[in-house]
Amino acid sequence: MIGGLFVYNHKGEVLISRVYRDDIGRNAVDAFRVNVIHARQQVRSPVTNIARTSFFHIKRANIWLAAVTKQNVNAAMVFEFLLKIIDVMQSYFGKISEENIKNNFVLIYELLDEILDFGYPQNSDTGVLKTFITQQGIKSASKEEQAQITSQVTGQIGWRREGIKYRRNELFLDVLEYVNLLMSPQGQVLSAHVAGKVVMKSYLSGMPECKFGINDKIVMEAKGKGNGGISGNTDSDPARSGKPVVVIDDCQFHQCVKLSKFETEHSISFIPPDGEFELMRYRTTKDISLPFRVIPLVREVGRTKMEVKVVLKSNFKPSLLGQKIEVKIPTPLNTSGVQLICLKGKAKYKASENAIVWKIKRMAGMKETQLSAEIELLETDTKKKWTRPPISMGFEVPFAPSGFKVRYLKVFEPKLNYSDHDVIKWVRYIGRSGLYETRC
Amino acid sequence: MFFVVLMSSIPYNNGWKDLPTYQLVKDCEDSNPLIRALAVRTMGCIRVDKITEYLCEPLRKCLKDEDPYVRKTAAVCVAKLYDISSSMVEDQGFLDQLKDLLSDSNPMVVANAVAALSEINEASVSGRPLVEMNAPTINKLLTALNECTEWGQVFILDALSNYSPRDAREAHSICERITPRLAHANAAVVLSAVKVLMKLMEMVSADTELVSTLSRKLAPPLVTLLSAEPEVQYVALRNINLVVQKRPDILKHEMKVFFVKYNDPIYVKLEKLDIMIRLASQANIAQVLGELKEYATEVDVDFVRKAVRAIGRCAIKVEPSAERCVSTLLELIQTKVNYVVQEAIVVIKDIFRKYPNKYESIISTLCENLDTLDEPEARASMVWIVGEYAERIDNADELLDSFLEGFHDENAQVQLQLLTAVVKLFLKRPADTQELVQHVLSLATQDSDNPDLRDRGFIYWRLLSTDPAAAKEVVLADKPLISEETDLLEPTLLDELICHISSLASVYHKPPTAFVEGRGAGVRKSLPSRGVVAEETSTQQPTVIPNQESLIGDLLSMDIGGPPPAPAPSSNVDLLAGGLDVLLGGGPEPGASAAAVPGGASGLLGDIFAVSAAPASYVPPKQCWLPADKGKGLEIWGTFSRQNGQPRMEMTFTNKAMQPMTGFAIQLNKNSFGVYPVGGLAVGAVGAGAGAEAALPLATHGPVQRMDPLNNLQVAIKNNIDVFYFACLIPAHILFTEDGQLDKRVFLTTWKEIPAANEVQHTLSNVVGTADSIAQKMTLNNIFTIAKRNVEGQDMLYQSLKLTNNIWVLLELKLQPGNPEATLSLKSRTVEVATCIFQAYEAIIKS
Repeated sequence: MIGGLFVYNHKGEVLISRVYRDDIGRNAVDAFRVNVIHARQQVRSPVTNIARTSFFHIKRANIWLAAVTKQNVNAAMVFEFLLKIIDVMQSYFGKISEENIKNNFVLIYELLDEILDFGYPQNSDTGVLKTFITQQGIKSASKEEQAQITSQVTGQIGWRREGIKYRRNELFLDVLEYVNLLMSPQGQVLSAHVAGKVVMKSYLSGMPECKFGINDKIVMEAKGKGNGGISGNTDSDPARSGKPVVVIDDCQFHQCVKLSKFETEHSISFIPPDGEFELMRYRTTKDISLPFRVIPLVREVGRTKMEVKVVLKSNFKPSLLGQKIEVKIPTPLNTSGVQLICLKGKAKYKASENAIVWKIKRMAGMKETQLSAEIELLETDTKKKWTRPPISMGFEVPFAPSGFKVRYLKVFEPKLNYSDHDVIKWVRYIGRSGLYETRC
Repeated sequence: MFFVVLMSSIPYNNGWKDLPTYQLVKDCEDSNPLIRALAVRTMGCIRVDKITEYLCEPLRKCLKDEDPYVRKTAAVCVAKLYDISSSMVEDQGFLDQLKDLLSDSNPMVVANAVAALSEINEASVSGRPLVEMNAPTINKLLTALNECTEWGQVFILDALSNYSPRDAREAHSICERITPRLAHANAAVVLSAVKVLMKLMEMVSADTELVSTLSRKLAPPLVTLLSAEPEVQYVALRNINLVVQKRPDILKHEMKVFFVKYNDPIYVKLEKLDIMIRLASQANIAQVLGELKEYATEVDVDFVRKAVRAIGRCAIKVEPSAERCVSTLLELIQTKVNYVVQEAIVVIKDIFRKYPNKYESIISTLCENLDTLDEPEARASMVWIVGEYAERIDNADELLDSFLEGFHDENAQVQLQLLTAVVKLFLKRPADTQELVQHVLSLATQDSDNPDLRDRGFIYWRLLSTDPAAAKEVVLADKPLISEETDLLEPTLLDELICHISSLASVYHKPPTAFVEGRGAGVRKSLPSRGVVAEETSTQQPTVIPNQESLIGDLLSMDIGGPPPAPAPSSNVDLLAGGLDVLLGGGPEPGASAAAVPGGASGLLGDIFAVSAAPASYVPPKQCWLPADKGKGLEIWGTFSRQNGQPRMEMTFTNKAMQPMTGFAIQLNKNSFGVYPVGGLAVGAVGAGAGAEAALPLATHGPVQRMDPLNNLQVAIKNNIDVFYFACLIPAHILFTEDGQLDKRVFLTTWKEIPAANEVQHTLSNVVGTADSIAQKMTLNNIFTIAKRNVEGQDMLYQSLKLTNNIWVLLELKLQPGNPEATLSLKSRTVEVATCIFQAYEAIIKS
């Protein structure tokens, strides 16, 4: 298992060092600094083996986080755990930065002692950790309270404590989708997929049991068949019956969801943690409505001039508005000047990024606009061709490009006197750009 | 805070130990469970032997604490204690307590107990797991799996992967209960579940529905892992690489997800490329090629090189695409980017080898780039191309000559290629290249320090000077085909790595022993094989003779596959030799072979002839098979021998009764090797007090039934008095056939193909003689020595033999001069034969 954990700043100075096993010597800290942080080349692998000791590292905002081991550990688990530590730290003191880590080092050591025991990850749920690892002075808790803490840390529903009360039972659902696209210059979709997640904020009293329904193809078809049996209607294709369905390639759930129930009945039922959490993640590849299309036209006029024309088309209901639109058109390294004309929004050549950045605040559906640029180039003697990185874009639209729909979210709390109707529910759909690229 | 200070100072400061120990023991009794747990946790960190003794009592109490938080901490503490003093854990009964925790009501306690047990098992001094998992425990674990934290699920799944279910049904049910885990958000849970499933899929037969549904269910979660953080993606990709090699079907339709993204980290890009090549097939080749071409213009040098190489591999793997690959490569060569050109030339060489006489038209383009090449591999490839197609390149001699100028500065690889290329050129165009060849030969033989180069030079020189025709045959011989798949892992290693999915071993693609020190490396894991499982179930059945589905099924099917050639039609010698024993041994009684008896003189002659021509194989001394008191006066001593390709049963009958015995007949029960008598028992009447010899030729394709031990033979002898039953053991070596010699290469590949689980070791004692004399002895008994090697003073003999039922057995005999003990390793697809083969070895060596 994990033998030790080190945190370094970008210079390679050790901020946190916690050794769990004595097969990790004190020189391990230096070995990583010398061989990885100070290495000349770019990092070629997140796992490094130095003298029979393996180092797993992740780097976030100038901070290196490294786990060390001498055993054949579960590598996926180590990385997941490192990511989890970052999560936990963020929820305790915000951004991961050198200063924050230095200011909170006592807390971090305390956390590391609790979530790793002899190198074995223990309960790392922030909600639960916050109940007994605090930055304030320790009140002497009563016996019942202590027992409650321990039963909760180890309990079956480790993510929720009992006795939560709200005057107003409310829940918020955000369906967040990231559209990833790779398009050829000719407009052919090379690959496209949507990575979506459902983030839930729950402010519910007691231990409510929730049931979540979506327009998943498998469920809808099964339902269609069920109805068909009763009404004698054999037309079970939900697509034809008018309701759009989404074909989910794969989905993953927060640990509160009962997976075995999903496997057998395809129903998503769970007791939610209090506050915000990610209920599910999913991935779809079929029938994605791509909100925007970029049509590039690049012409090299001689050796010192280039002409670029980019057409941007929005492809969704005219009544909806796309926001935060940004198109990034890369330019060669030897660009000396750029003249820009755009019909809508603002465009600027940013020499530091080697790109033309074109920003549009809002754009309605089914519209078209364009930008043309003349790029002047310095004459160079380097033979190496400019590799033309793809044009990338960012946006935000108020619908789910995959067609994902929330059908219901029912709340049952048998012990307390509120019913499903009393809960105020909010649902919001947001489609954002993931890696949305068009080759040019 | 006290604890934090304590933990950091204790390991380095042994001075003040009394105070903390006392405090800790006291704290273990505290009313607050958090304090109790913290005390236990801290205790484990004190690595001073004397103190640990005081801590056993509190730990024992904490393992039974009413609070689950304390119990789960105590469980891990047992693992800590084992690390400090393994004997104490074993002696104090902590293992049993830990095992009890597996049935704890709290899932987290179960998970930590599993983790601790797994660690202890792997680290156990004996190398054998100290606590075996059994079906009820597994059941408990599967129940806890649904309820514990993500990390706990990982511990449990990893522990499950070490368990081998008893039969396919159990495997089936475990699979079903684990599949839901594939939808977990934590990549480690998903990968560990994949590991268990991949392992169990080996156990259920390949055509069942389960395997196909599992294959279908495995694909989406694996693909989803690619949208995780890059570091997790990297681990996932390394593992997908293994999965794709083991079961290519699972991801064959998912090519697109492995397309490289512009801002992927380089390590993710390289891994994706690797998998793309493995998944490339005729269906998706167009897309793949388009992508690869795109990658070849990227910035990172390593990545571009790999992409170019990948194009070449596609050409070799998917034949219809070769044309397009070659034209893509040509386009890339036109870019004149140095490393792209060099890499392209290296792969074009392979394409030429795969498709000779097809794309030679591009040679001229290649030659244009000759002077830009500066890497040895590219230069060597170019030289090879020039030599291979010397007859088509008009200025081949000039080109090669230009290389020769700086001959001594070249890398050895290039030098060797140059030498060969010039010789090829000379053989193809002898007229105008004589000078050149002489020049290169003298360069290679006189001015070079490299022994390889010198030797090759001399060989060519002698070949050319003695027999140019032979030289032509040797140098211009047809080359063996190159394989389609490159960089495949060795099957045994792959199987081992599949058992380590998600772990570091799978990331490095190395077995744990390669990077873990000492005992932590654990026992070598291997995939369960269907055969072994079937055998295990069969032994649990109450009937003595297992049903045909078990091992015998295998034996049988092999038999059907190719029956051994019937013994050669009895030649003269055979007949003579056959009769000989009778003549020598018995004398008056009617001989087995009619031809032998009248021609007494020629029989003797045959004897001499047979002996001198082929020294007989080892015949074990006769044993008493049927003592007189059990045979109502009939005593039988017997043995087995093999003569002229036929096994025989030799018996001496002695009549110790008061009356003559007549009407002898013999019958053999069905047995493992299908041995049955050819012809009847040629024994006439045996008078009171007299004796008779009989030799019974045996054939080996009779009905088969598994016996225990395998070489057991049940015999029934009938005479005028009664029917007598007895059992004897057939020495295995009489069943070794004459055609048991394997080709060296076949031997090598077969040895590699047979999984490590099918290897058995045995120590032979009282070995006398040298390796050569032993090898000779073995050959007489149809054990053929394929190769002999001397490694660090030890003689290694590689031997093969074939049983009459077409089971091949490969052996490695390690001899140490002066040491009477020798190690024998045996590999065979049916390891069950090992025991009797070892017995045969013992007997032959001692003979």
